[in-house]
Amino acid sequence: MAKPQALRREPGKEQTEKQRLRGVHGGAPQSMHEIDRLIHERLRLGIISALAVNESLTFKELKHTVKTTDGNLSVHARKLEDAGYVNCSKTFEGRTPKTEYRLTAAGRRALERYLDHMEAVIGRMRKTN
Amino acid sequence: MTVRLAQTPPEEPPALHDRAMDNLRYIRETMERASSFTAVPGWGQVAIGITALVATYVAAHQSTPRGWLGTWLAEAIISLLIAGWLMDRKARASGVPLLSGPGRKVAFSLSPPMIVGALLTVVLFRKGLTGAIPGMWLLLYGTGVVTGGMYSVSIVPVMGVCFMALGAAGIFAPAAWGNWLMAAGFGGLHIVFGSIIARKHGG
Repeated sequence: MAKPQALRREPGKEQTEKQRLRGVHGGAPQSMHEIDRLIHERLRLGIISALAVNESLTFKELKHTVKTTDGNLSVHARKLEDAGYVNCSKTFEGRTPKTEYRLTAAGRRALERYLDHMEAVIGRMRKTN
Repeated sequence: MTVRLAQTPPEEPPALHDRAMDNLRYIRETMERASSFTAVPGWGQVAIGITALVATYVAAHQSTPRGWLGTWLAEAIISLLIAGWLMDRKARASGVPLLSGPGRKVAFSLSPPMIVGALLTVVLFRKGLTGAIPGMWLLLYGTGVVTGGMYSVSIVPVMGVCFMALGAAGIFAPAAWGNWLMAAGFGGLHIVFGSIIARKHGG
Protein backbone atom coordinates (compact mmCIF):
# COMPACT_ATOMS: atom_id res chain seq x y z
CA MET A 1 0.00 0.00 0.00
CA ALA A 2 1.37 3.36 -0.99
CA LYS A 3 2.39 5.65 1.82
CA PRO A 4 0.47 8.90 2.18
CA GLN A 5 2.14 11.83 0.40
CA ALA A 6 3.27 13.54 3.62
CA LEU A 7 5.08 10.45 4.88
CA ARG A 8 7.05 10.03 1.67
CA ARG A 9 8.79 13.37 2.01
CA GLU A 10 12.55 13.52 2.32
CA PRO A 11 13.73 14.10 5.92
CA GLY A 12 15.00 17.60 5.18
CA LYS A 13 11.80 18.64 3.44
CA GLU A 14 9.68 17.15 6.19
CA GLN A 15 11.54 19.33 8.66
CA THR A 16 10.88 22.38 6.51
CA GLU A 17 7.20 21.54 6.31
CA LYS A 18 7.03 21.11 10.09
CA GLN A 19 8.73 24.43 10.54
CA ARG A 20 6.37 26.04 8.04
CA LEU A 21 3.35 24.71 9.92
CA ARG A 22 4.79 26.03 13.15
CA GLY A 23 5.42 29.40 11.52
CA VAL A 24 9.20 29.30 11.96
CA HIS A 25 9.80 30.59 8.46
CA GLY A 26 7.62 33.59 8.87
CA GLY A 27 4.25 31.98 8.25
CA ALA A 28 1.49 34.34 9.27
CA PRO A 29 -0.19 33.49 12.56
CA GLN A 30 -3.42 31.65 11.90
CA SER A 31 -5.49 33.77 14.27
CA MET A 32 -5.39 36.61 16.74
CA HIS A 33 -4.45 34.17 19.46
CA GLU A 34 -1.28 33.00 17.78
CA ILE A 35 1.95 34.66 18.64
CA ASP A 36 5.37 34.35 17.05
CA ARG A 37 7.15 32.71 19.93
CA LEU A 38 10.47 33.03 18.16
CA ILE A 39 10.50 36.81 18.53
CA HIS A 40 8.28 36.90 21.62
CA GLU A 41 11.38 36.05 23.65
CA ARG A 42 12.74 39.33 25.04
CA LEU A 43 16.31 39.18 23.75
CA ARG A 44 15.32 38.02 20.26
CA LEU A 45 12.70 40.78 20.13
CA GLY A 46 15.46 43.24 21.00
CA ILE A 47 17.72 41.92 18.24
CA ILE A 48 14.95 42.19 15.63
CA SER A 49 13.94 45.69 16.82
CA ALA A 50 17.52 46.99 16.75
CA LEU A 51 18.09 45.60 13.26
CA ALA A 52 14.79 47.07 12.03
CA VAL A 53 16.18 50.61 12.36
CA ASN A 54 19.65 49.86 10.96
CA GLU A 55 20.78 48.42 7.64
CA SER A 56 23.18 46.27 9.63
CA LEU A 57 24.76 46.07 13.06
CA THR A 58 28.00 44.45 14.09
CA PHE A 59 28.05 41.84 16.84
CA LYS A 60 29.53 44.40 19.23
CA GLU A 61 26.92 47.05 18.46
CA LEU A 62 24.11 44.56 18.81
CA LYS A 63 25.50 43.29 22.10
CA HIS A 64 25.66 46.84 23.43
CA THR A 65 22.13 47.64 22.25
CA VAL A 66 20.41 44.62 23.75
CA LYS A 67 22.73 44.59 26.77
CA THR A 68 23.66 40.94 26.89
CA THR A 69 26.66 38.64 26.93
CA ASP A 70 28.55 37.28 23.90
CA GLY A 71 27.24 33.77 24.51
CA ASN A 72 23.61 34.78 24.88
CA LEU A 73 23.69 36.95 21.78
CA SER A 74 25.31 34.18 19.72
CA VAL A 75 22.70 31.63 20.75
CA HIS A 76 19.68 33.85 20.14
CA ALA A 77 21.00 35.40 16.93
CA ARG A 78 21.61 31.88 15.66
CA LYS A 79 18.00 30.93 16.30
CA LEU A 80 16.82 33.96 14.34
CA GLU A 81 19.28 33.12 11.59
CA ASP A 82 18.03 29.53 11.41
CA ALA A 83 14.48 30.83 11.07
CA GLY A 84 15.52 33.09 8.21
CA TYR A 85 14.73 36.28 10.14
CA VAL A 86 18.29 37.64 10.14
CA ASN A 87 21.32 37.30 7.90
CA CYS A 88 24.76 36.92 9.38
CA SER A 89 27.95 37.69 7.49
CA LYS A 90 31.45 37.14 8.77
CA THR A 91 34.30 39.14 7.28
CA PHE A 92 37.75 40.29 8.27
CA GLU A 93 38.79 43.88 8.90
CA GLY A 94 42.53 43.48 8.64
CA ARG A 95 43.10 40.58 10.97
CA THR A 96 40.06 41.20 13.13
CA PRO A 97 36.98 39.07 12.44
CA LYS A 98 33.81 41.09 11.99
CA THR A 99 30.31 39.66 12.31
CA GLU A 100 27.45 41.69 10.88
CA TYR A 101 23.74 41.07 11.16
CA ARG A 102 20.96 42.27 8.86
CA LEU A 103 17.22 41.87 9.09
CA THR A 104 15.69 39.85 6.23
CA ALA A 105 12.34 40.60 4.58
CA ALA A 106 10.86 37.65 6.49
CA GLY A 107 12.21 39.08 9.75
CA ARG A 108 10.71 42.49 9.02
CA ARG A 109 7.33 40.92 8.23
CA ALA A 110 7.53 38.90 11.44
CA LEU A 111 8.16 42.05 13.47
CA GLU A 112 5.26 43.84 11.74
CA ARG A 113 2.94 40.93 12.50
CA TYR A 114 4.14 40.88 16.08
CA LEU A 115 3.50 44.62 16.46
CA ASP A 116 0.03 44.20 14.96
CA HIS A 117 -0.63 41.41 17.41
CA MET A 118 0.48 43.42 20.44
CA GLU A 119 -1.56 46.43 19.30
CA ALA A 120 -4.60 44.21 18.80
CA VAL A 121 -4.26 42.85 22.33
CA ILE A 122 -4.07 46.38 23.74
CA GLY A 123 -6.93 47.55 21.49
CA ARG A 124 -9.15 44.79 22.75
CA MET A 125 -8.43 45.77 26.34
CA ARG A 126 -9.44 49.38 25.58
CA LYS A 127 -12.69 48.25 23.97
CA THR A 128 -13.64 46.13 26.97
CA ASN A 129 -12.86 48.95 29.43
CA MET B 1 7.92 29.22 15.93
CA THR B 2 4.26 30.01 16.26
CA VAL B 3 2.24 28.72 19.19
CA ARG B 4 -1.47 28.87 19.77
CA LEU B 5 -2.49 30.42 23.03
CA ALA B 6 -5.04 27.89 24.23
CA GLN B 7 -8.59 29.22 23.80
CA THR B 8 -7.96 32.78 24.92
CA PRO B 9 -11.20 34.17 26.32
CA PRO B 10 -12.73 37.25 24.67
CA GLU B 11 -11.37 39.43 27.49
CA GLU B 12 -7.60 39.08 27.58
CA PRO B 13 -6.25 38.63 31.08
CA PRO B 14 -4.72 41.88 32.40
CA ALA B 15 -1.27 40.28 32.54
CA LEU B 16 -1.30 39.76 28.78
CA HIS B 17 -2.25 43.39 28.14
CA ASP B 18 0.48 44.56 30.47
CA ARG B 19 2.93 42.31 28.71
CA ALA B 20 1.86 43.68 25.33
CA MET B 21 2.33 47.26 26.54
CA ASP B 22 5.66 46.36 28.05
CA ASN B 23 6.78 44.67 24.83
CA LEU B 24 5.84 47.66 22.69
CA ARG B 25 7.72 49.93 25.10
CA TYR B 26 10.74 47.62 24.93
CA ILE B 27 10.67 47.62 21.10
CA ARG B 28 10.52 51.43 21.03
CA GLU B 29 13.35 51.82 23.56
CA THR B 30 15.53 49.30 21.73
CA MET B 31 14.94 51.08 18.43
CA GLU B 32 15.83 54.42 20.04
CA ARG B 33 19.00 52.95 21.50
CA ALA B 34 19.93 51.31 18.21
CA SER B 35 19.31 54.57 16.30
CA SER B 36 22.03 56.24 18.35
CA PHE B 37 24.53 54.31 16.27
CA THR B 38 23.39 56.16 13.20
CA ALA B 39 24.34 59.64 14.48
CA VAL B 40 27.75 61.24 14.92
CA PRO B 41 29.47 59.21 17.68
CA GLY B 42 29.89 60.77 21.12
CA TRP B 43 33.67 60.79 20.96
CA GLY B 44 33.39 62.64 17.63
CA GLN B 45 31.45 65.37 19.41
CA VAL B 46 34.20 65.53 22.04
CA ALA B 47 36.72 66.04 19.22
CA ILE B 48 34.56 68.83 17.75
CA GLY B 49 34.34 70.40 21.22
CA ILE B 50 38.12 70.41 21.55
CA THR B 51 38.56 72.10 18.17
CA ALA B 52 35.97 74.71 19.30
CA LEU B 53 38.04 75.48 22.41
CA VAL B 54 41.11 75.96 20.22
CA ALA B 55 39.06 78.20 17.93
CA THR B 56 37.92 80.25 20.94
CA TYR B 57 41.53 80.89 21.89
CA VAL B 58 42.47 81.87 18.33
CA ALA B 59 39.33 84.02 17.86
CA ALA B 60 39.92 85.85 21.15
CA HIS B 61 43.33 86.95 19.89
CA GLN B 62 42.00 88.43 16.65
CA SER B 63 42.22 92.20 16.45
CA THR B 64 39.40 92.71 13.91
CA PRO B 65 35.80 91.46 13.73
CA ARG B 66 36.63 90.05 10.29
CA GLY B 67 39.46 87.97 11.80
CA TRP B 68 37.15 86.76 14.58
CA LEU B 69 34.45 85.77 12.09
CA GLY B 70 36.98 84.09 9.79
CA THR B 71 38.29 81.98 12.68
CA TRP B 72 34.83 80.72 13.56
CA LEU B 73 33.92 80.05 9.95
CA ALA B 74 37.09 77.97 9.64
CA GLU B 75 36.09 76.13 12.84
CA ALA B 76 32.62 75.48 11.39
CA ILE B 77 34.19 73.94 8.29
CA ILE B 78 36.56 71.79 10.40
CA SER B 79 33.63 70.58 12.54
CA LEU B 80 31.58 69.73 9.47
CA LEU B 81 34.51 67.82 8.01
CA ILE B 82 34.98 65.85 11.25
CA ALA B 83 31.24 65.05 11.47
CA GLY B 84 31.06 64.19 7.76
CA TRP B 85 34.12 61.97 7.94
CA LEU B 86 32.78 60.07 10.98
CA MET B 87 29.38 59.60 9.37
CA ASP B 88 30.92 58.48 6.09
CA ARG B 89 33.15 56.04 7.99
CA LYS B 90 30.11 54.69 9.77
CA ALA B 91 28.11 54.47 6.54
CA ARG B 92 30.89 52.58 4.77
CA ALA B 93 31.23 50.14 7.66
CA SER B 94 27.52 49.32 7.53
CA GLY B 95 27.33 49.36 3.74
CA VAL B 96 24.69 52.11 3.70
CA PRO B 97 25.10 55.07 1.31
CA LEU B 98 25.87 58.24 3.31
CA LEU B 99 22.80 60.07 2.11
CA SER B 100 20.33 57.20 2.51
CA GLY B 101 19.77 57.04 6.26
CA PRO B 102 21.78 58.75 8.98
CA GLY B 103 23.40 61.32 6.70
CA ARG B 104 20.09 62.44 5.27
CA LYS B 105 18.49 62.62 8.70
CA VAL B 106 21.24 64.87 10.08
CA ALA B 107 21.50 66.91 6.87
CA PHE B 108 17.75 67.61 6.72
CA SER B 109 17.46 68.60 10.36
CA LEU B 110 20.60 70.72 10.55
CA SER B 111 20.56 72.38 7.12
CA PRO B 112 17.59 74.77 7.53
CA PRO B 113 18.85 76.44 10.74
CA MET B 114 22.41 76.48 9.35
CA ILE B 115 21.26 78.27 6.17
CA VAL B 116 19.28 80.76 8.27
CA GLY B 117 22.36 81.21 10.48
CA ALA B 118 24.60 81.90 7.48
CA LEU B 119 22.20 84.51 6.08
CA LEU B 120 21.74 86.24 9.45
CA THR B 121 25.53 86.23 9.96
CA VAL B 122 25.97 88.23 6.75
CA VAL B 123 23.23 90.69 7.76
CA LEU B 124 24.44 91.16 11.35
CA PHE B 125 28.08 91.49 10.28
CA ARG B 126 27.23 94.13 7.69
CA LYS B 127 25.26 96.09 10.28
CA GLY B 128 28.18 95.88 12.70
CA LEU B 129 26.19 93.76 15.18
CA THR B 130 28.95 91.16 15.62
CA GLY B 131 28.13 90.87 19.33
CA ALA B 132 24.76 89.26 18.53
CA ILE B 133 26.29 86.56 16.33
CA PRO B 134 27.42 84.03 19.04
CA GLY B 135 23.95 83.94 20.64
CA MET B 136 22.28 83.56 17.25
CA TRP B 137 24.63 80.74 16.21
CA LEU B 138 24.09 78.85 19.49
CA LEU B 139 20.32 79.34 19.26
CA LEU B 140 20.07 78.06 15.68
CA TYR B 141 22.50 75.18 16.16
CA GLY B 142 20.49 74.12 19.22
CA THR B 143 17.32 74.23 17.12
CA GLY B 144 18.87 71.86 14.57
CA VAL B 145 20.10 69.48 17.28
CA VAL B 146 16.66 69.40 18.94
CA THR B 147 14.85 68.58 15.68
CA GLY B 148 17.46 66.08 14.48
CA GLY B 149 17.74 64.58 17.95
CA MET B 150 14.06 63.63 17.98
CA TYR B 151 15.04 60.48 16.09
CA SER B 152 17.92 59.70 18.41
CA VAL B 153 18.45 58.93 22.09
CA SER B 154 16.75 61.37 24.48
CA ILE B 155 19.98 63.02 25.58
CA VAL B 156 20.54 64.54 22.11
CA PRO B 157 17.50 66.86 22.19
CA VAL B 158 18.48 67.75 25.78
CA MET B 159 21.84 68.88 24.43
CA GLY B 160 20.01 70.92 21.80
CA VAL B 161 17.88 72.61 24.46
CA CYS B 162 21.05 73.50 26.40
CA PHE B 163 22.48 75.12 23.26
CA MET B 164 19.23 77.03 22.78
CA ALA B 165 19.21 78.21 26.41
CA LEU B 166 22.81 79.39 26.12
CA GLY B 167 22.01 81.11 22.82
CA ALA B 168 18.92 82.79 24.26
CA ALA B 169 21.04 84.15 27.11
CA GLY B 170 23.75 85.09 24.61
CA ILE B 171 21.64 87.37 22.42
CA PHE B 172 20.92 89.55 25.47
CA ALA B 173 24.41 89.30 26.98
CA PRO B 174 27.16 91.94 26.56
CA ALA B 175 29.20 91.55 23.36
CA ALA B 176 32.33 90.90 25.44
CA TRP B 177 30.88 87.57 26.55
CA GLY B 178 30.82 86.27 22.97
CA ASN B 179 33.96 84.16 23.14
CA TRP B 180 33.02 82.71 26.52
CA LEU B 181 29.60 81.74 25.24
CA MET B 182 31.12 80.09 22.17
CA ALA B 183 33.61 78.20 24.37
CA ALA B 184 30.87 77.11 26.78
CA GLY B 185 28.52 76.02 23.98
CA PHE B 186 30.46 74.63 21.03
CA GLY B 187 33.34 73.58 23.29
CA GLY B 188 31.88 72.71 26.70
CA LEU B 189 28.47 71.33 25.74
CA HIS B 190 29.93 69.17 22.96
CA ILE B 191 32.58 67.75 25.28
CA VAL B 192 30.19 67.12 28.20
CA PHE B 193 27.33 65.62 26.17
CA GLY B 194 29.71 63.82 23.80
CA SER B 195 31.34 62.12 26.79
CA ILE B 196 27.96 61.11 28.23
CA ILE B 197 26.78 59.76 24.87
CA ALA B 198 30.05 57.86 24.35
CA ARG B 199 29.87 56.35 27.84
CA LYS B 200 26.16 55.54 27.94
CA HIS B 201 25.44 54.69 24.34
CA GLY B 202 28.77 53.47 23.08
CA GLY B 203 31.00 55.21 20.55
